[in-house]
Amino acid sequence: METLEQLLTYYSQNWPYVLTEFYRHFLMSAYGVLFAAMAAIPLGILIARKHRLSGWVFSIANVIQTTPALAMLALLMLVMGLGANTVILSLFLYSLLPILRNTYVGITGVEHAYLESGKAMGMTKMQLLRMVELPLSLSVIMAGLRTALVVAIGVTAIGTFVGSGGLGDIIVRGTNVSNGTAIILAGAIPTALMAVMADLLLGWLERRLSPVK
Amino acid sequence: MLKLENVSKIYKGGKKAVNHVSLEIEKGEFICFIGPSGCGKTTTMKMINRLIEPSEGAIYINGKNIMEKDPVELRREIGYVIQQIGLFPHMTILENITLVPKLLKWKEEDKLVRAKELLKLVDMGEEYFNRYPHELSGGQQQRIGVLRALASNPPLILMDEPFGALDPITRDSLQEEFKHLQRTLDKTIVFVTHDMDEAIKLADRIVILKAGKIVQVDTPDEILRHPANEFVEEFIGKDRLLQTRPNVELVKQMMNRSPISITEEKTLQEAITLMRDKRVDSLLVVDEMNVLRGFVDIETISEFRKKATLISEVVNREVFSVKEDTLIRDVVQRILKRGFKYVPVVDEHQRLVGIMTRASLVDIVYDSLWGEENTMTTESV
Repeated sequence: METLEQLLTYYSQNWPYVLTEFYRHFLMSAYGVLFAAMAAIPLGILIARKHRLSGWVFSIANVIQTTPALAMLALLMLVMGLGANTVILSLFLYSLLPILRNTYVGITGVEHAYLESGKAMGMTKMQLLRMVELPLSLSVIMAGLRTALVVAIGVTAIGTFVGSGGLGDIIVRGTNVSNGTAIILAGAIPTALMAVMADLLLGWLERRLSPVK
Repeated sequence: MLKLENVSKIYKGGKKAVNHVSLEIEKGEFICFIGPSGCGKTTTMKMINRLIEPSEGAIYINGKNIMEKDPVELRREIGYVIQQIGLFPHMTILENITLVPKLLKWKEEDKLVRAKELLKLVDMGEEYFNRYPHELSGGQQQRIGVLRALASNPPLILMDEPFGALDPITRDSLQEEFKHLQRTLDKTIVFVTHDMDEAIKLADRIVILKAGKIVQVDTPDEILRHPANEFVEEFIGKDRLLQTRPNVELVKQMMNRSPISITEEKTLQEAITLMRDKRVDSLLVVDEMNVLRGFVDIETISEFRKKATLISEVVNREVFSVKEDTLIRDVVQRILKRGFKYVPVVDEHQRLVGIMTRASLVDIVYDSLWGEENTMTTESV
């Protein structure tokens, strides 16, 4: 009961700060995923065409994925120094695999009959990609973005260790003081909420984009 | 219009899928490629729009070698209907139909006009425009598939077992519809199938392939009468050979010329009396000009005996009829396959002239047996 009261007091006194950090946290996560999408979707399409490349690309992405978040941040910090950009770069790297994999699966999963009938009707390769392959695999690609964004929101919380700000700041402040449960919760609840909301929103979008509604 | 000259397709590893095929196809002809699986029929067809590139030989459309054309341009000039329906699930019916016109950069209003025209061809209304393929039945989807191939009005259409995935009844009616459409639109069609019934029904000429080579090219009649070799004979099937009696070909030669009919304004009482007198269980309903309107059978009469008095109230209007110059074998198939008890025969003005019943079938079979015996005795004498 006491913790809950403290939590409410914290929010009532610091809500502008929490809101700013929430926004900052979200932006970092979103940028990371966005940049990753810009790189990984075209790459995914490419490896769906050239199957021989896919083994190599997936191995590299897998290695990146298995690096622990803290280690990754530390490594990147050595090169890029402190700040939000380090976090965004690590989010970029983490998001590559889910987006890449889903793009690849989505594009290769388009039924052959559609490709053949598109080709037979006289579509160029670009038209086939734009009018058939991408629309039919969009929901699968969205599912990749969804996974990536949810993971990214979690990783951003650790970003506080390289001085990027975000809701992680509040959580760490809570761990540094004695009896800081309320402060930890004050940071953790919005983080979790953001992840759930992002998941629901992108899930809805994914269903909307599904070719057969 | 279409000429294949010594065309071969050799896959990596030396497998010859198509082996020196030469063929000339006239404008407006309906050609069926048929053969067992792996005989190269689909490969041959796909070489025509360069979905598969021929390894040897040349293909000419209206005298122009297709290898000298841009494959994308070429394909836009040739209609294509795929085996699995292949309508795009993320596009509406309208978008699906007008896809090739869109690729050809037609104006928006031209596309709409064309789409309306096309839907009219298959008796579907504009309410389908904004639906998605999965909202349609299999038969409707394949109709749209055919329309999509017709959209830019190409003179040549390639079809790869388009009706293969449909149930037999839908397939049958779509074949009818399509054959009619082809005749009215005067398209050249190359149609791949493995179903001999389909080929006989639709084709002007049938090309029988085996292991990448043409075995026989001829009209359905010629193939049935004079199969080139044992393979063709076996492929056609013994029962079909039986169905083609050289001297009995058209329905009018074999039909019963005095069908029992009744007019719509008669009462049910009269109908039952007539049935009893003639010892039949259904009556064909005609109007005063003897034009076929429908039929009534004993089940409907006994069901509506209390509620209705006039034939016009109970007549079943969904009656299937054939023209008197239809080939016997088509009717035989219908009776046997669809389980019809009879098929009314009409002239070109829809006037009732006769009826084909299961008894007529007995006559045909009897005739063919007796006919064979007869020739045998003649030979021995």
